[in-house]
Amino acid sequence: MERIGLAPGGKTGDVLAQDIAQRFQQGVTVTKSTHNRLYAKVDKSVLVSLCTYMRDGLDFEHVTSVSGVDWLEEKKMQVVYHITSYANKVTAELVVDLPRDKPEVDSITFLWGGANWHERETWDMFGIVFVGHPKLVRLLNPDGTEVFPFRKDFVSGRRV
Amino acid sequence: MAEMWLNMGPQHPMTHGLWNLRVKVDGETMTEAEPVIGYLHRGWEKITENRKYPQIIPMADRLCYGASMSWSHLYCLTIEDLMEIEVPERAKWIRTIVLEAQRIGSHLMWLAALGTDLGSYTVFLYPVRERELFLDLMQNLCGARMTYNYPRIGGVRNDVPANFERDFTRVLNHFEKRLSDYEALCDQSTVFRMRMEDVGYLSPEKAKNLGVTGPNLRGSGVDYDVRRDDPYEMYDQVDWKVCVEKSCDAYARYRVKMDEMRESCNIIRQCIKKMKPGAIRVKPPRTAPKGKTGWAHVEDPRGEGFMYVIGNGDERPYRLKVRSPIFVTVSAAPEMLVGYKIADVPAIMGSVDMCLGETDR
Repeated sequence: MERIGLAPGGKTGDVLAQDIAQRFQQGVTVTKSTHNRLYAKVDKSVLVSLCTYMRDGLDFEHVTSVSGVDWLEEKKMQVVYHITSYANKVTAELVVDLPRDKPEVDSITFLWGGANWHERETWDMFGIVFVGHPKLVRLLNPDGTEVFPFRKDFVSGRRV
Repeated sequence: MAEMWLNMGPQHPMTHGLWNLRVKVDGETMTEAEPVIGYLHRGWEKITENRKYPQIIPMADRLCYGASMSWSHLYCLTIEDLMEIEVPERAKWIRTIVLEAQRIGSHLMWLAALGTDLGSYTVFLYPVRERELFLDLMQNLCGARMTYNYPRIGGVRNDVPANFERDFTRVLNHFEKRLSDYEALCDQSTVFRMRMEDVGYLSPEKAKNLGVTGPNLRGSGVDYDVRRDDPYEMYDQVDWKVCVEKSCDAYARYRVKMDEMRESCNIIRQCIKKMKPGAIRVKPPRTAPKGKTGWAHVEDPRGEGFMYVIGNGDERPYRLKVRSPIFVTVSAAPEMLVGYKIADVPAIMGSVDMCLGETDR
């Protein structure tokens, strides 16, 4: 499909996916790519190096969102990053799996300041620790909250 | 002089909703700032996990009452991505029209709020008066003035009412004249320009890095608009331009929003011309497969709205994540505030167009 308004030198999602798959043969699995979308599963050990390369080498300037997901039955947590490139007009979805008993992942706030509050909110709601985050304190919940309310084993409606 | 922390809020005169801006001042100059949010947190994302898919549409309206159409539309777009539904063409045209009408309505409410922030009561009264015309159009369309519950998964709820075309054209003709009045009121007012120009500087690099989106990003000279660069609905079928200003200050953000209102009128006119009769809705499935994901992002009046959904194999989502544009923009507030006088806070934060309902969710 032809891209509308793609700047000269802009790359499609397929090209970027090939580039990433070649450079990161360990730890990154590109699951799907289209002209403006890119989906990948990423091992948490290579997340920061992948993100650094995406920012500096592939013009991904903007973090759209960082979401947490709690998979209670599978005993894992997920962090899902959506990162957008203004130059290439491509949005990438990176999925990182974490063990549920020790959900820790490196922070990407030092790369994109826009991830700061998203990570803080994800910690606030899920208890996923972002190592290296500048200020991992409660954001939406009141200070002193002792639970992580978006976890699936939190019963909604309960008095905290 | 000793520095001290000042709390502005949570009861603000200048925004609808509650939030607290902590600023550290040295004399009158701000040296540090820290927004504190969460006063309106109601666990929206958690509540949706216990609701069926269609039940969430009216809830999405309540994310921001000023721009509720764009939020319920974003929700429907996300679920359509999850369930792989193709929306009929006429529904897409109708959605484009109502989204742009909503954008004008939301920007008018922002302009009114900015007017009160800066002490010009006329700039409050005039936009609110014209906003009423757009609310009337919406009421004709779906019966509600503010929380519409109008988009549906797979289309829209009902077709347009009789005389839809005539009414819209009349309102737009009238509105475009009034828009010139607002510009005269603001742009030719020395007080307004002195308070808005050269405050709240946000460089293009910082704006991109800090995740600022929408009119605030374009006010910093970055030429990006989701409507053009990742088109949804019928934005790729109409001829319009992205409004960008290069001066990066509060005044530039104001200018972008004013130009966008004019551009929205242009888009609506073209859509009305190109719209053809046809189906307005398809029947969506009731369930989504377990573990399947979908996401969508749109150009909300305030920036990039985004939702990410995971199916659960039944009628309810496993997880629904909302990215609110102002949630991220307000985290960049210290970048805009530090170095300016404390009296500039209303002008700078007023130019951002805060909405706390979507920020705290």
